[in-house]
Amino acid sequence: MTASTTIARAPERTAAKWLCDHAKLAGGATTTALFVTIALTSLVWTPENPTRVRILAKLQPPLTSGLLGTDHLGRDVLSMLMAGAFNSLSIAALSVAVGMTIGTALGVAAAARRGLFEAVVMRLCDAMFAFPPILSAIMAGALLGSGAATAIVAIGTFMVPVFARVTRGAALQIWAREYVLAARMAGRNNFAITFVHIIPNIASQIIIQVAIQLALAILTEAGLSFLGLGVPPPTPSWGRMLADSQTYLGLAPYLALAPGITIALAVLGLNLLGDGLRDYIDPRRRLGG
Amino acid sequence: MLKVSALSVDIVGSDGVAARIVDDVSFDLAQGETLGIVGESGAGKTMLALAIMRLLPAIARPSGEILLGGDNLLALSETDMCAVRGRRIGMIFQEPMTALNPAQRVGTQIAEGLILHRSLAQREARQQAIDLLERVRIADARRRVDCFPHELSGGQRQRVGIAIALALRPGLLIADEPTTALDVTVQKEILDILDELVSDLRMSLIFISHDIGVIGRIADSTLVMLGGRKMEQGPTARVLRAPTAAYTQSLLAAMPRRTRGSLARTQEPPR
Amino acid sequence: MLRAISFRLLSLLLTLLIISVAIFIILEVLPGDPAAIMLGTSSQPDTLAALRHQMGLDQPALLRYLTWMAGVFSGNFGVSYTYGVPVAELIGARLTVTVPLMLMAITLSLSVALPLGVFAAARQRGLVDLGATVFSQLGIAIPNFWLGLLLILFFALKLGWFPAGGFRGWSEGFWPSLQALILPAVALAVPQSAILTRVTRSAVLDVMNEDFVRTARAKGASRNRALWRHVVPNALVPFVTILGLQISVLLAGAVLVENVFSLPGMGRLAYQALTQRDLIVIKNVVLFFSAIVIVVNLIVDSIYIVLDPRLRASA
Repeated sequence: MTASTTIARAPERTAAKWLCDHAKLAGGATTTALFVTIALTSLVWTPENPTRVRILAKLQPPLTSGLLGTDHLGRDVLSMLMAGAFNSLSIAALSVAVGMTIGTALGVAAAARRGLFEAVVMRLCDAMFAFPPILSAIMAGALLGSGAATAIVAIGTFMVPVFARVTRGAALQIWAREYVLAARMAGRNNFAITFVHIIPNIASQIIIQVAIQLALAILTEAGLSFLGLGVPPPTPSWGRMLADSQTYLGLAPYLALAPGITIALAVLGLNLLGDGLRDYIDPRRRLGG
Repeated sequence: MLKVSALSVDIVGSDGVAARIVDDVSFDLAQGETLGIVGESGAGKTMLALAIMRLLPAIARPSGEILLGGDNLLALSETDMCAVRGRRIGMIFQEPMTALNPAQRVGTQIAEGLILHRSLAQREARQQAIDLLERVRIADARRRVDCFPHELSGGQRQRVGIAIALALRPGLLIADEPTTALDVTVQKEILDILDELVSDLRMSLIFISHDIGVIGRIADSTLVMLGGRKMEQGPTARVLRAPTAAYTQSLLAAMPRRTRGSLARTQEPPR
Repeated sequence: MLRAISFRLLSLLLTLLIISVAIFIILEVLPGDPAAIMLGTSSQPDTLAALRHQMGLDQPALLRYLTWMAGVFSGNFGVSYTYGVPVAELIGARLTVTVPLMLMAITLSLSVALPLGVFAAARQRGLVDLGATVFSQLGIAIPNFWLGLLLILFFALKLGWFPAGGFRGWSEGFWPSLQALILPAVALAVPQSAILTRVTRSAVLDVMNEDFVRTARAKGASRNRALWRHVVPNALVPFVTILGLQISVLLAGAVLVENVFSLPGMGRLAYQALTQRDLIVIKNVVLFFSAIVIVVNLIVDSIYIVLDPRLRASA
């Protein structure tokens, strides 16, 4: 028949090759783990107290006072970044948790019920897509004032239609599979089928979306904090650090660089993690790019 | 007019492993002759055809020699090969439902070759497209020429595919399983059209199929392929009545008795 | 065809109506006493009563909603509490900044994303592809307001090529106004084009593998011709889809970027209205934003019909 040649491979090359092939996954997972560690560490230890104001030591460049310098109130930038990591990650995680729970529930229910229910849910999602988180935050901010709750409500509201769309699409595909048809013929009701068959099979899709939406949530939270709609001072937040840095842009540019690079790295890490997971779970996509 | 010598196609995977999917195939094709290439799925027939057209996927590496009227097609530059495709060789593909650009009108797609190779003006090219549609027996050609592919049936789309391949009167036509994806009643019509056009235009035809019955109907000579290798080659009548290779015998044995009988009858007066 | 368009217009109006109800409920019904929110906790009872009367809060909610809607359709959005001018005037003035900004951002991102995505897909795994991938990964990770700050730092403060912020108005001169919009437009365009590059590249890769591309090559079309004449037109549908979805993201970006550059646009108006708790302005601005998004979606739907003839049959 067809002739083919195979090359025997040494085990060390296989591990290195795995890392190369799954560079995105490895890189993303490492970066994200790093940030989570930093965030959790900040709860028990930071180089300096991030909220301690020391006017005498204000606007010190990096390495003269602390690893990354001090801001206009003399607070240590590195400590603020660490505490800010916890802030950003926790708000992002809570928003995505809210959005994922409600959105998934709506999505699988829509896929199970079909009919009018599904149509109404999808139309509502379309309408919600018209509201970017910033606008929801502005409205929520007008009512609730600024704070973590505002941010979570605003971001979470936007996550709901995203998860609803994705889970509905994925669930519909599973519903069409033959083992589900078999379960239905055996008399299982929709509720049971949803939990036993649908959800385990769309779980991977949900996890991928969680990673991607976490990245988006961090970005959005930073934007809201920038506008003053996130957690109020003195709690450190990356977005507010950037807002404060604008006044001193010419004088102390590092104040603008540090939080920005941190945000970008955190978002990049989560994006790579999401993409890497997607490639890992469905390798066919990789061939097509 | 076509002389294929020791043609092989290797697929090189991303890990460097090579698999040979066409293995040392050689054959000659005379002017006006119809060669049928028959074999099961995966035998390498389509890859052979794509190799002649130099339309293999990037991971496939051909080797050997393909002489078309004296030019070695495998040695031509891409630009020169573009001048060969469509003008000297035309190709019809297997899946009519996906072979046409859904966003372009059928007439535009037929005319493209004419504009590319002969620099015809739009109006003239359109008129020729209408003529071609009529030749492939599409009713109401003047209206149909402005249709989009999704407005046509599978059989009609395949006829458009034939029109596209024939637009420049190439000397060689390659038909890769042109009737496999169509209903049986439509198959017959397409085969009739091909038969008629090939003899009218005195073209050489390479007809690829896994259905030995169809090959028996239309081909002057037959080449049997299995696993990328040539198993047998010869005049169709001889191959079908007295096959030498074991594989050919099993192919014939696999045909339903009735079909075999009528096939034998079509082979009586040698073509 | 006409029927399809009028059907979509009706659907658009319906969605807008639903959204307006939602906005109204959230901003006027839920809070209980919008006037109290606007004035804050330390307000005098007289001013409170006066504002309540001015906003018509003594009337039933349904009547207030209908009055608002009637006003919207006749171009009267009410009067801003903080500025004392009709909201319609405010919005009109701010649009002269935001709309050109949006257009510039979209033009910039399209002119980068389309060619880059197509070339990256055409020469897959080549240098352009690698560059495009790095660009898109970085571009979507960078906050647009941070990019704005960086642009100010380098191009305004260090190099002095552009203003660091502010906008004098179109009447003060075309070029200075355009200059004031360039850095903000770039800040908005970079994340946009990062996403669009990815989408384009992926769409082109998908279409490149379709059968009809092979048919085109078999006719004698060169790789380039097959790419631009056959692949790209068919890859535009997913591209346009994402572009449409990105409009609301772009508007959100405008809020942030206009703040960084102190541009008197719609985004900044929304933000200022928030800090001043001017519910009247917020109400109308949010409605306006939603209207823009929905109208854009309508346009995108119509573009689909032009791009993909298969959709014309069902329209």
